[in-house]
Amino acid sequence: MPPRGLGAKKERPKNAKGTILRILKYLTRYRFIVLILLLFTLASNVGNLLGPSFAGKAIGAAVAEGQVDFDTVGYYASCMLAAYLLSNLMSFLVNQGMMRMGRHVANRMRKDVFAKLMSLPVSYFDRNQAGDIISRVSYDIDVVTTSLSADLVQILTSIVTVAGSFFMMCLISLPMVTCLLVTLPLAVVFTRYMGKRTRPLYARRSAAYGHMNGYVEEMFSGQKTILAYAYENDVCRDFGDINREAAQAYRAADSLGMTTGPTINMINNLGLSLIGMVGAILYLLGGAGMEQISSFVLYSRKFCGPINEIANIINEIYSALAAAERVFALLDQPEEIADLPDAQVLAQAQGDVEAQHVSFGYLPGKTVLHDLNLKAEPGKTVAIVGHTGAGKTTIINLLMRFYDVDSGCILVDGHDVRRLTRASLRRAYAMVLQDTWVFRGTIFDNIAYGKEGATLEEVKAAAKAARIHSYIMRLPQGYDTVISEDGGNISKGQKQLLTIARAMLYDTQMLILDEATSNVDTNTEQKVQHAMQELMRGKTSFVIAHRLSTIQNADRILVMEHGDVMEQGTHEELMARRGVYYRLYAAQFE
Amino acid sequence: MKLIWRYMRTYSQRIAGSMTIKLLGAVTELMIPYILEHLIDEVVPLGQLGPVVGWGLLMIFTALLTRQLNVWANRVAIDNAHRVSYDVRQALFAKTANLSGAQFDAFGLPSLISRMTSDSYNVQSCVQSLQTMCVRMPMMLLGGIAVTLAMDAALSAILCVIVPILIAVILCVSYYGIPLYRKVQERLDDVVRIMREDITGIRVVKALSKTEYEKTRFGGSSDAMTRSDIKASTIMAIPGPLMQMCLNIGLTLVVWLGAQRVYNGQVKPGVILAFLTYFNMVMQGVMGINRIFIMISKASASANRIGQVLDTEPDQRVLSLQEARQPSGEGFIRFEHVNFSYNASSHNAMAGEEREQCLYDISFTLRRGESLGIIGPTGCGKTTIVNLLMRFYDVTDGGVFVDGRDVRTYEKDELHRKFGVVFQNDMVFFNTLRENIRFGRNLDEADLMRALEDAVAAEYVDSLEEGLDYRADIKGANLSGGQKQRLLISRALAANPEILILDDSSSALDYKTDAALRKAIFEHHRDSTTIMVAQRVSSIQAMTHILVMDNGRCIGYGSHEELIKTCPEYLEIYQAQMGALA
Repeated sequence: MPPRGLGAKKERPKNAKGTILRILKYLTRYRFIVLILLLFTLASNVGNLLGPSFAGKAIGAAVAEGQVDFDTVGYYASCMLAAYLLSNLMSFLVNQGMMRMGRHVANRMRKDVFAKLMSLPVSYFDRNQAGDIISRVSYDIDVVTTSLSADLVQILTSIVTVAGSFFMMCLISLPMVTCLLVTLPLAVVFTRYMGKRTRPLYARRSAAYGHMNGYVEEMFSGQKTILAYAYENDVCRDFGDINREAAQAYRAADSLGMTTGPTINMINNLGLSLIGMVGAILYLLGGAGMEQISSFVLYSRKFCGPINEIANIINEIYSALAAAERVFALLDQPEEIADLPDAQVLAQAQGDVEAQHVSFGYLPGKTVLHDLNLKAEPGKTVAIVGHTGAGKTTIINLLMRFYDVDSGCILVDGHDVRRLTRASLRRAYAMVLQDTWVFRGTIFDNIAYGKEGATLEEVKAAAKAARIHSYIMRLPQGYDTVISEDGGNISKGQKQLLTIARAMLYDTQMLILDEATSNVDTNTEQKVQHAMQELMRGKTSFVIAHRLSTIQNADRILVMEHGDVMEQGTHEELMARRGVYYRLYAAQFE
Repeated sequence: MKLIWRYMRTYSQRIAGSMTIKLLGAVTELMIPYILEHLIDEVVPLGQLGPVVGWGLLMIFTALLTRQLNVWANRVAIDNAHRVSYDVRQALFAKTANLSGAQFDAFGLPSLISRMTSDSYNVQSCVQSLQTMCVRMPMMLLGGIAVTLAMDAALSAILCVIVPILIAVILCVSYYGIPLYRKVQERLDDVVRIMREDITGIRVVKALSKTEYEKTRFGGSSDAMTRSDIKASTIMAIPGPLMQMCLNIGLTLVVWLGAQRVYNGQVKPGVILAFLTYFNMVMQGVMGINRIFIMISKASASANRIGQVLDTEPDQRVLSLQEARQPSGEGFIRFEHVNFSYNASSHNAMAGEEREQCLYDISFTLRRGESLGIIGPTGCGKTTIVNLLMRFYDVTDGGVFVDGRDVRTYEKDELHRKFGVVFQNDMVFFNTLRENIRFGRNLDEADLMRALEDAVAAEYVDSLEEGLDYRADIKGANLSGGQKQRLLISRALAANPEILILDDSSSALDYKTDAALRKAIFEHHRDSTTIMVAQRVSSIQAMTHILVMDNGRCIGYGSHEELIKTCPEYLEIYQAQMGALA
């Protein structure tokens, strides 16, 4: 997935220190392992640094034809081999260890985020897009832990290597070190300069790419419509512009970005040239032997490597910290307000529901419901009708305590719902929502979802009651048929029936049906309605539906408009009043 | 992968150019250590300052030249890569936009989107890197070996032994490792899927107090992902340290054998030093080839996915009048004994569902200006009739005729221009309301206003501050369901289409609005032949013809009054919906 920045978006963390501390907290579990691994890293690097020195000494013992001290060469060559092999082994262990640790930390973080999601109020999900939340799990956590397992070692390696080789070089020849003092600042200054210049270009690149992806997603989703209106050539032309802009933005950013590598390479080669020249001059002046020049050259290569890397690592760490901040920001979201300490458990609800002077708004100052009063006696059916946006769904949000009322109160069996535990309150309702929800799993699992340990017989009975049993039996795998994510492989109506079956199985005292049958054809709807009435018998039910036939049998009908209850009463009473309800009803015969 | 070559061929000259420059850059880069070796071994012993400085300056010059060449080569390579990826994306987009319904279904929307986005990106970065890395890396590898051979054949023998071993290891690891990563990807998909499911179903999860259960379910899939990730990463982490180790063993061997050869007078000490440098270079080359290998395997997977779409042959040819069927009677719209099943070309059939025949022997005839209502249970084939009429799919058997011609004889756009249509769950685009209605057609303001008026949308559009310039969000998220449907209906009505199709497109409207809409269509679009798919009898009872469907079959056809008498199923629906008043 090539999204977000491609490692190029240079984000600055807002509170680096705090974020680092929190990341470290994840590491405390592994503190001993981390400590050992860091020691290994140190050892590995020291070995790596000693290697060239041994190599230099070995080469130094081979002066010229006939002048080779084989004992010394042999001794130093084996030292060199030992140092290198030890270093390789250590670095292998460190890589493995850090990789494993990183994956485990990622796992913990994912679970933490998920647990957090489960305890967030529903309003969080109404406000935030699923895609954004998911990218924190799939992308941000990955960035953090990749950086954890690689960068930590990398930083330490770089520091040890740079400091060590600098030290060794100083030991060998101070005059030659001065050569590096020319090239090193050059490299640093250049990297910083390039960083500054490329940043806006990379930002433009990300934006262009995002724009293109958005356009593609939208147009492909509406492909049929586009074809139907012979609009495809216009769309392709528009895409051409967007595509060109994306290509240009990429070209601009990459062209500049790709100069960095060769330039840094050049600076290193310049350093090498200088060292060669200065070394040669020193040799002429008798200030350095051949082996000193040899090992100095080797060290200088080691020294330059990490210097080039550091700019990259810093950028990576920055984006890792920024990613971590996004994850932590989610973890810091206020959770659903805890149940009161003395909250009661609603054990056996009678189903007596009452709303008294309830007012509510999703946003401060924007009231959706004003002074709602409602009374549902046990076993009665309350139907809510009204236009879209009249506040019907809001009532359900409040009944289930997905949101809390701003003022007034809702009582269940005489208890203020805020004095009950949420879990017990919600468990007292069964519901079928407008947006049917199924998950990837078998049909059995989907129906049995609300009732742990449900038997196949119970599930079948519920499916029969929801009139979907025969459909299920027609599938080759029957109840074991796997439904794909979003239920893309079953029709809307069947999905609806499945969720009805789920509610059937989940035996409760209270029932919420939000336009429950609006996706089911009239024929099936009728069958379902009979089953529903069966299910609703003896239960307090709240029904929202556009189709008046669904609610004619209700004990009480609430006619809502703009957050107010305009009329209440039975079908007959409301028809007799010849008010809002009557007009609504009569409209279907016009 | 063929696809990549195909598109690269267009720019073969520029690509050759970039690779040549890169080659020059690699040559000069290889010269630098050679010069250093010469400086130390040949020039220094002369004991003169002049040549030392001279050779040093040559080295500096070479370094500068290398940089210029590499930067230049990179520029050209990037430019080529973006030309190629622009072409690929443009072709892919145009192809996708024109896929037939069956083909579109076969790929699936998410897959088509990811082919367009991440796959085309992979191809682009592959084209870019191929031009630079494919020159640089083999050059470093082979050039390094060649130079060392030239310097001292015996010492370079060490390289010739180590390099093939390394390449074998790399091939092995990639062979076993890459499938493991595919597995990790699948596990990640699971994790994301569960997360998405729980986010979209949060109300249900909370209502049923299943949060703990969901945590366990998520934990399980997250653990599984961690395990397979560790497995894959463990394998893939082997080549790096192994290469380092081989390099280091090789270095030691060079020092040891080198010392002997110095003793025998076969080489000079400076050669050993240069050797060490070339050794590094050769190893970099090997690692680079490792990277090229991984990249190509990734990119070719993507290229194949793009290629599949681009190579899709149009499955709907425009037939000549001779090839096509002739209608056996009069009528503006005719269905003659139409049989149809979707499975013809689609392989992602629905959940093991018997993708059985969808329509059986459907026949009807509408004269210009007549109207047809289609009613029946979910999934009975109502929408399929629309799909066939607009030729999103081709009939399996039978004939569909518009204006006396088989629909298969029309050019796609010629046919579609006759229609104004609102599909089930149709799209509102991220654009102004005006453009959402206009949709690239040549319509003036008066047309738009009339369409809004007829679709009973004028009132709410007027109430918006920006009016028609109000910008709809993606998928019309800032409009209510009813507002969206009315906007879509305005789109369908705006061009006064010969044929108007409304597929379950007034379901979010209340009865009153629905009635007003029907009245407007009846009065102002009398000439349009209208087909309306609906769930409510009230929506279609005034139509001149009504088709009652069940399980892909016609179980009743006629006017409302006739059906009440002849079709018991229709009567049943009618009575159910009309309740007490019926």
